[in-house]
Amino acid sequence: MSAFHLVINDRTHDVDVSPDTPLLWVLRDKLNMTGTKYGCGMGLCGACTVHLDGEAALSCQTAISSVGSKKITTIEGLSADNSHPVQRAWIAEQVPQCGYCQPGQIMSAAALLAKTPKPTDDQIDSAMGGNLCRCGMYQRIRRAIHRAAGEGA
Amino acid sequence: MTLSRRQFVMQGSVAAAGLVIGVRLSPAVFAQENEKGPKGKVVNPFDAYVHVKPDGKISLIVAKSEMGQGIKTGLAMLLAEEAEVDFNSVSVEQAETRPDIYAHMGTGGSGSTMENFMPLRRAGATVRELMIAAAAQKWNVPAKECEAKKGTVVHEKSSRRATYGELVEAAMRLPLPDPDKVELKDEADFELIGHATPRVDIPSKVNGSAVFGVDVRVPEMLYAVVARCPTFGGKHAHYEATKAKAVPGVKDVFEIPALGRDIFTAGGVVVVADSTWAAMQGREALKITWDNGPAAAESTGTLHSALHSGAGKPGKRIRNDGNVDAVLSNGAKRIEATYEFPFLAHATMEPMNITVHARNGEAEVWAPTQSPDWVQRTVAKVLDLKPEKVVVHTTLLGGGFGRRYIADYPAEGAQIAKVVGKPVQLVWSREDDMTHDFYRPAACHQMKGAVDQNGRPLAWSHTIASTSIAAYWHPESGKPEASEVGGAEQMPYAIPNVRLEYNPVESAVPPLWWRSVEHSFNGFAVECFVDELAAAAGQDPVQFRKSLLVKPANWKAKNDEDPDPARLRAVMELAAEKAGWGTPMPKGKGRGIATYHSFGSYIAEVAEVTVQGNNFKIDRMVAAIDCGQIVNPESVRSQAESAIIYGLSAALKNEITIKNGAVEQTNFDGYDPIRISEAPPIEVHLMNSKDDPGGMGEPALPPAAPAVANAIFAACGQRVRKLPFQLKTA
Repeated sequence: MSAFHLVINDRTHDVDVSPDTPLLWVLRDKLNMTGTKYGCGMGLCGACTVHLDGEAALSCQTAISSVGSKKITTIEGLSADNSHPVQRAWIAEQVPQCGYCQPGQIMSAAALLAKTPKPTDDQIDSAMGGNLCRCGMYQRIRRAIHRAAGEGA
Repeated sequence: MTLSRRQFVMQGSVAAAGLVIGVRLSPAVFAQENEKGPKGKVVNPFDAYVHVKPDGKISLIVAKSEMGQGIKTGLAMLLAEEAEVDFNSVSVEQAETRPDIYAHMGTGGSGSTMENFMPLRRAGATVRELMIAAAAQKWNVPAKECEAKKGTVVHEKSSRRATYGELVEAAMRLPLPDPDKVELKDEADFELIGHATPRVDIPSKVNGSAVFGVDVRVPEMLYAVVARCPTFGGKHAHYEATKAKAVPGVKDVFEIPALGRDIFTAGGVVVVADSTWAAMQGREALKITWDNGPAAAESTGTLHSALHSGAGKPGKRIRNDGNVDAVLSNGAKRIEATYEFPFLAHATMEPMNITVHARNGEAEVWAPTQSPDWVQRTVAKVLDLKPEKVVVHTTLLGGGFGRRYIADYPAEGAQIAKVVGKPVQLVWSREDDMTHDFYRPAACHQMKGAVDQNGRPLAWSHTIASTSIAAYWHPESGKPEASEVGGAEQMPYAIPNVRLEYNPVESAVPPLWWRSVEHSFNGFAVECFVDELAAAAGQDPVQFRKSLLVKPANWKAKNDEDPDPARLRAVMELAAEKAGWGTPMPKGKGRGIATYHSFGSYIAEVAEVTVQGNNFKIDRMVAAIDCGQIVNPESVRSQAESAIIYGLSAALKNEITIKNGAVEQTNFDGYDPIRISEAPPIEVHLMNSKDDPGGMGEPALPPAAPAVANAIFAACGQRVRKLPFQLKTA
């Protein structure tokens, strides 16, 4: 076990876990921040997507020892009041069905829009290709990203 | 979010404090309540569905599971419409598991809206009538001079008004009216039903606050995983846990037995730890010798032979009109086709999980389940408790698709909780979920048909062989065809000689309902083969179907599953029109159609595809839907999009194969559903129907794959008869 000092959603947290523990499980089981989801444990589905210094990252593939001083943003940190343009667009387009993959989808979309404010469909395909939605809400995800882009995410 | 036992009790007592008789009371209290309360069919809506507190706060209670289909919104809309409460200011809550109040809590078969459309409207209308009666009594005016709107009763003449909160105490003392006699609103006056309404569950699903089963956090809880024998029916012969116990965080390792009939768990070696990750690491460190058991010789190859042999021989006769054999031996033009379907996993995004706390003769369960009452009974059985001693909280479900209707993972959770003593969350890894699912049956369909010189179809012969759901779950029924032949039996085209036969095929692979159940393959076989008949007849697929969707003047549905040919035809015509059917397409592109009835709804879909060599791309899907009276058009559209993509994942990519009696695919690398770049644009067109509501969770799935297969044929002349599709190089 080792001590780690983490900055998550602008707040600091100290955890004592084994260094190979994925960030996903530190968030979910040690800090009870359950918005970030477990879907596959192999970086295949994107449900665990968070931001590390603003870049989309798969938290199930991120050992806690590799986080260092990078700032972690989770779905809970995007905004609690649904005011982030991506959240607003997701509500406007009524994107989620079961909703389990959506924290990951939203974090991927937010990271895309931060870098590429007006993404093309191809750019959306490429940035969102790692995020599975078993309810198949891809058309709505695409529309919501374009909507958020239009509103200046 | 942390949900403690205490908070649950507190939330319960807050709800109960306002004269709300309660679905949230503890088991001991509800037993007494039940003795005093209404018996039989008449459910007090103040108990069950509409909780009004004196401060005016109103909760609408939904006794079905929310798995993305929007049922929390849809059912609450029915209550709000008739109860005349302001939908924007109510809160919608999940019912506690009270089979004594809620007759059927299971969420499946696309049935929630069909089942509840009238009962919930009556429940809402009862609340409205009682509020009005209470106000009329209080003001000593005739009830018919009072009107209810947005949770307030108004007597215009005397300018008096009272909120439901002010009236609830008196209203609840009035005798309940006969639910069949309460006055329902005229559909012309509907303010919610039929109007697109934002889903109540969505805001929590965009900020991480939505609580799925796996998100439940209870003080002092532990986490568990189970090592199960990869081979179906196998078990552990021996295990060595020294290294596993040395993994930091691991608390305990023990074994649980397999459970049979009605539950069907594999048993295995349990690792309990202080985090999911530690439990998984502990499991990695176990040394287990498996006893693979009798299924070890089973493979996709052996099944392939058994399925083909089953489809090629006479079977149990399900339908027999005219004399198929006589015609097939004389028909002007005969065609034959064999369709093949693999096992499919449900692969819900949230893997199976359950949280159970067994303590002092009672238990509390947090369950992402489609059937909380089955969970309650099963956990009670495992823990040797009375069901009413088991409180089951239904959480949100990260997908259901039929997988979460059964109680295998809850039974495992109870077995583990019994040993652990503390609250414990059993988590299935993705690998567990993929390799120990209960699968859509594998099937082989053999079809034969004949058309005469004028292109009129004369005969239709269909033999289905599949691993049977009913033979596995209800062997005593003697009806292995029960969940295998729907839609094939009701083949709607007017052909004089029709025969359907069924042969079950044995397999150790456990079967289950998978979104749209047998319609997922019967829709494909029927809608592809009618297309093949159209081609044999030299006719346009839409015109050909039209000529066979004949509604006799005296037509009457034999039962709920018997499709109305006119409605099937109408959706087909709408889909064809919206897709521009008949307009020329460039070389390499094609359009295909399928029109199908299941779960009370009629859906036609047109697919447009581009074929290049042995690759193809779906350019567009157009769906036309008649699902009867629509409650929330937003949910109908969304469910159609969802079912189409779910069906296309199976058509394009997914199959579960078996080697040495075990599943070969273990994660999304081997079983990869459709991703965003592969998802075609989907247009949904809704018919304005006043028929009884049909289901929408499943019916858009069956026509999707055959529409695409038929489009591929139109584009390049190749028939795809095996799922997932693989084109041969032309």
